[in-house]
Amino acid sequence: MKPITTESHEHDPPADAGWDYSPAPERTPVPIDESYGLFIDGSMRAPLSRKRFETINPATEDVLSSIADAGAKDVDAAVQAAKKAQGPWARLKASERAKYLYRIARRIQERSRELAVLETMDGGKPIKESRDVDLPLTAQHFFYHAGWADKLAYAFPGRTPKPIGVCGQIIPWNFPLMMAAWKLAPALACGNTCVLKPAETTSLTALKLAEILQEVDLPPGVVNIVTGAGATGAALAEHPDVRKVAFTGSTEVGKVLARSVAGTSKKLTLELGGKSPNIIFADAAIDQAVEGVVSSIWFNQGHVCCAGSRLFVEESVVDEVVDKLRHRMQSLRVGDPLDKNTDIGAINSAEQLKTIERYVDAGEHEGAIMHEFSGQALPDKGYWHRPCFFTGVQPSHVIAREEIFGPVLSVMTFRTPEEAISRANNTPYGLAAGVWTNTGSKVFEIARKLDAGVVWCNTYNTFDAASPFGGFKESGFGREGGRHGLQSYVKF
Amino acid sequence: MQPGRNHLVDSVMVKQRAAAFTKRSIKTEAKSSGLRLAISMLDLTTLEGKDSPEKVRSLCRKALRPYEGTIDPPIPSVAAVCVYPSHVRTAAKVLAGTGVNVASVATGFPSGQYPLEVRLRDVTAAVEAGADEIDMVINRGAFLAGRHSEVAEEIRQVWQACEGAHLKIILETGELETYDNVRRASDLAIEAVDSSGVLKDGDVFIKTSTGKISPAATMPVTLIMLEAIRDHYLDTGVRIGMKPAGGIKTAKQALHYLVMVKETLGDEWLTPDLFRFGASSLTNDLLRQLLKGITGQYMAMHDFSEA
Repeated sequence: MKPITTESHEHDPPADAGWDYSPAPERTPVPIDESYGLFIDGSMRAPLSRKRFETINPATEDVLSSIADAGAKDVDAAVQAAKKAQGPWARLKASERAKYLYRIARRIQERSRELAVLETMDGGKPIKESRDVDLPLTAQHFFYHAGWADKLAYAFPGRTPKPIGVCGQIIPWNFPLMMAAWKLAPALACGNTCVLKPAETTSLTALKLAEILQEVDLPPGVVNIVTGAGATGAALAEHPDVRKVAFTGSTEVGKVLARSVAGTSKKLTLELGGKSPNIIFADAAIDQAVEGVVSSIWFNQGHVCCAGSRLFVEESVVDEVVDKLRHRMQSLRVGDPLDKNTDIGAINSAEQLKTIERYVDAGEHEGAIMHEFSGQALPDKGYWHRPCFFTGVQPSHVIAREEIFGPVLSVMTFRTPEEAISRANNTPYGLAAGVWTNTGSKVFEIARKLDAGVVWCNTYNTFDAASPFGGFKESGFGREGGRHGLQSYVKF
Repeated sequence: MQPGRNHLVDSVMVKQRAAAFTKRSIKTEAKSSGLRLAISMLDLTTLEGKDSPEKVRSLCRKALRPYEGTIDPPIPSVAAVCVYPSHVRTAAKVLAGTGVNVASVATGFPSGQYPLEVRLRDVTAAVEAGADEIDMVINRGAFLAGRHSEVAEEIRQVWQACEGAHLKIILETGELETYDNVRRASDLAIEAVDSSGVLKDGDVFIKTSTGKISPAATMPVTLIMLEAIRDHYLDTGVRIGMKPAGGIKTAKQALHYLVMVKETLGDEWLTPDLFRFGASSLTNDLLRQLLKGITGQYMAMHDFSEA
């Protein structure tokens, strides 16, 4: 590595040949069917719509399987199955419901390697992350909510929580299985039944989950899984027998859903986009703050709703932070997501890659300076974007205002804490924020003033089933996880 | 970077980062070349009151030829043999002209609780006896009492007394206890030698431990020291060396350290000129794993000569 100057926009030369890691592919075999049906009323069935689409591996562009594209009739069948199952499920002794959730959690753990590999193949995320983050958190959500099933009275003292009914749950492609767990586990614990709609690019782990639900003998209809794209999701949200709609995804679609349930008695929770600020003060532990930046923007290729995509650095340390960030960026390994040493995998889809590229072009066009390390060759096939960051960004630039959902960071500066707070809050979003300082009193003062559902102090992208997650403003409403998350799945 | 800036360390994130290096999967070619590299970076060490000339000579033999059998390409010699000053002559006699260095602990090792002139004479005596490298201990009493300039001045004087011998500055991180102290001491040691004249790459190392205090080397502590070295390099272009010592007993651990060096400082540091392991029992585990890669079988520990 060469000494680094911040002024240069030139790409760094490749590192000298030295000790490099040999390929370390994860080889756990995963059986994938040639085609999948819909999981309705406890069994896999062919779609009434007769329509199908292909799901591919974004790292190779190989077709993995053919997925059913559920139409309105399919969605109706799923909702009816859920409606029929809901009464008996809710009347089941709560400790028995808990047992099912425990069994699901255990089975996920037992099959976690296989599920991690499949998650990586279908979605493009590095195996390191699906293995060490997605799968453990998925299992944890089922374990955690299994514990709540027979203790709901303690979650809401003095009140009698009752299930809502059929929940229509629409989840995104960035953490497919984990999002399914975030939605299903609390709903089931509270006595609801579910119709889950995974994202069209990442249906496979949800369909594998259907196998697990069969293995643990979950009563038919308690969970139904309908695959498809936006139209399937719309049919689900608009179905009159759905009592609750839970959606995680883009703010754009969230607004459409909010309009579609307006005027009905349906409950709605939305977990939408973000443009989360990450604030580094001069009195922070800079090396660790830089690590925090890495995990805040380059985790999961930046396909994270709470990604810290706006970095605010106190002016006196900006050169140091930028130097170290550039230095650190060189050790990120971009490539085969199934290689255990890969840090940055494939972009989830061709469409998303186009979006990211469009924003990067806009950033350069508006005069910001792009920094990336191009020393590593990218694979020939598949969808790839190197991790990068922009300096010289103004708060009015498009890249500083709109959600990119990719490994692209905007670096800006501030002089005083007041300026940091006002710049950080100057966004339509309010999902997450990060504060980096070694001064304890400052942590509390700043965190209180940030309009964000989650504020991480001296860490970032740290999750736990017991900790509620959700946003303000255009980042949505409702919480997932913890006692607060249960509230979205009960009525009184 | 601001000169004299006080670098703080956040313990949660530094541990998280250090743990991330252990997740790297080092297989096949990378494993065998990493194991060979680690062997070439060893400072084979014996630092006991009962050390005998015979033991030192056998250690030197082991250093020159870590494995008795023949494999192709041959297993490299280690970097140095590290002994007390009284054994320097014995070691130098065996190792002269071989490329394996003689390192001597000095400055009232391991406590450093001696008058400065005694510590300096210790260094001079070791250098005169033929030591190529001096492993000094810093004055932890003065450091912890906040007398940082006193510590820096002592380091400068020791460096002058080395007269061309390489210097490794032992911080004894187990006694410094906090990560902030580790970083402070690293910066202080590097600045002390750097301010006393032009340094060449690898002239000076910083080193975690004497091996007499527990905990000795840990990955978070080593990472903090590597970051101090990186910052100094980015400021000045001078490459300071690093030596974790004590507690690294398995080949797997050694590979984790190499990963950490590679990803914190870059491949340029992956040479015995800039990175060393202070260890002795590690040697045979490195050999055992290396031979496993070649023969497909684990050999018994008694198949390897004692160090």
